[in-house]
Amino acid sequence: MRLHVPLWCAVAAGGFRRYATYTTATAAGVFTNTVFGFVIAYTYIALWEERPGLGGYDQAQALTFVWVSQALLATSGLMGGGFHEELQQRVRTGDIAVDLYRPADLQLWWLFTDLGRAAFQLLGRGVVPLAVGALAFELALPGDPVRWLLFLLSVLLGAVVSFAIRYLLGLAAFWLLDGSGVNLIATVVAIFFSGMLLPLSVFPGAFGEFVRLLPWAAMLQVPLDVLMGTQGAGGAGLVRALGFQLAWALTLLGLGRLAQSAATRKVVVQGG
Amino acid sequence: MGAGGPAGVGVAPGAAEGSAAGAGSGAGAGSGAGAADRPGGRGAGPRSRALDGLRGYGLIAMMWIRATMTYRTSFALMLVGNMAITGLDFVAIYLMFRHVDVLGGFTLPEIALLYGLCSTSFGLTDLLMGNTDRLGARVRDGSLDTMLVRPVPVLAQVAADRFALRRLGRVVQGLAVLVWALSVLDVAWTPGRVLLVPMTVLAGTAIFSAVMVAGAAFQFVAGDAAEVQNSFTYGGNTMLQYPPTIFAKDLLRAVTFVLPLAFVNWVPALYLLGRPDPLGLPGWAAYAGPLVGFAVFVPASLAWRAGVRSYRSTGS
Repeated sequence: MRLHVPLWCAVAAGGFRRYATYTTATAAGVFTNTVFGFVIAYTYIALWEERPGLGGYDQAQALTFVWVSQALLATSGLMGGGFHEELQQRVRTGDIAVDLYRPADLQLWWLFTDLGRAAFQLLGRGVVPLAVGALAFELALPGDPVRWLLFLLSVLLGAVVSFAIRYLLGLAAFWLLDGSGVNLIATVVAIFFSGMLLPLSVFPGAFGEFVRLLPWAAMLQVPLDVLMGTQGAGGAGLVRALGFQLAWALTLLGLGRLAQSAATRKVVVQGG
Repeated sequence: MGAGGPAGVGVAPGAAEGSAAGAGSGAGAGSGAGAADRPGGRGAGPRSRALDGLRGYGLIAMMWIRATMTYRTSFALMLVGNMAITGLDFVAIYLMFRHVDVLGGFTLPEIALLYGLCSTSFGLTDLLMGNTDRLGARVRDGSLDTMLVRPVPVLAQVAADRFALRRLGRVVQGLAVLVWALSVLDVAWTPGRVLLVPMTVLAGTAIFSAVMVAGAAFQFVAGDAAEVQNSFTYGGNTMLQYPPTIFAKDLLRAVTFVLPLAFVNWVPALYLLGRPDPLGLPGWAAYAGPLVGFAVFVPASLAWRAGVRSYRSTGS
């Protein structure tokens, strides 16, 4: 597994361009994220008026959570729409056999394609909803550029964690053939445990402690806390937050590798 | 599966008795009758056209149900997943109520009533019409052309193609919340109010369906814009789960008078709960759901017709 930088850059650029082609779909997605942003923002205003300071956020921070999570929804691949359906289809149709004898590593190939997609969707689907949210409501966005850079790093790590989970889903097709069932379950789990429905810091008691340790927390909750500086005190909190994401990313990528070697041993190419 | 589907549909209406008989009881009988009626039925007015559409819808849906049952494990997971996806929505609301007693002045059972009504309606719509959001993709890949040459109304084909029985999960989950809410809430029941509950569910289904059809028609113009449709259907559904009191008045006016989603659950639920309408609508408005559901279908079906007429194939 040699790291061939120009190749992976080209693969990522391909992923970026591929999604950049569908401008209508992107515009439609921006519209949807904005509509949902408004709906959820009103419910959070009602909730935080009833209980100010809920989950350690004030109202502006709660609204920031709403709009940034809408902006990150596509990037972090929470609602599907990433590569794993395609990978499953390639397994079902047998195209995967061609992929496997290519001189490029399967996992890295899809990782860079997906990071290219994530980069496009961060720009294409993230900027406008966040700007609308910032115009319509008072948000707690930081002015410090360093914090934004840390946020981008955290988003990148979150995207890798998200990729690693979806890669496992994609490989599941080797055993299940039809992946739509697991995809749906995975979407449900991701939406709930990432904090998309309700910030994980609002989840009560031991259940809350537990969900904040799961990998889905790395996709949304952690990047948001890094952005708003609510990740825990000072530098140590920051290191812990990013370290948490990195640990999950490496663990899940490793699992993906194990699954990949198990799956490739299973492949029978039907010749002809 | 994709290749097998259209071929199956193509054969059945063509009066191939052998394949219809072999295709299993329900659909077999249906397609036989369809083939027998057809010569007289063509061009015999809108009523028989609607029946034609329904029959075609039933045939295609049955075929997809049989296809789904080929992968039983996947189907079972999808059904559970569908129940869970809406279930978790409600869990999120429940978690909010671990911190507060009222949201926008509404208690948890009251919000459960709103939630149950709109989720059941939306679940039914999603089951029956949910696949219309694929229209943009069909225009792009040209599969709509195949539908245009078949002797079944295009809307019925678009809605029934890839019919997904698993979407029943959402309906069941919505009904469960609705039943819980009705059993806990203290409503002053009258015969009219009892009747209002099923009537509202059906009217809500009609309203959501009209939005789906209009959204699909929009994709004739806009191309692959399924997400715009989703933001009105899924987005509307999410909004209706919460009490109207928490939203801005302008938004309430828009979803009452422009796109009348408020009649899916807000207006009738406020009446059942004996709460004043935030826009001051009179009490009888609660019973206006079916009328509204009928009224919104007029622009939706006109838009659909205009869309089909303006359709030019991708041509390649």
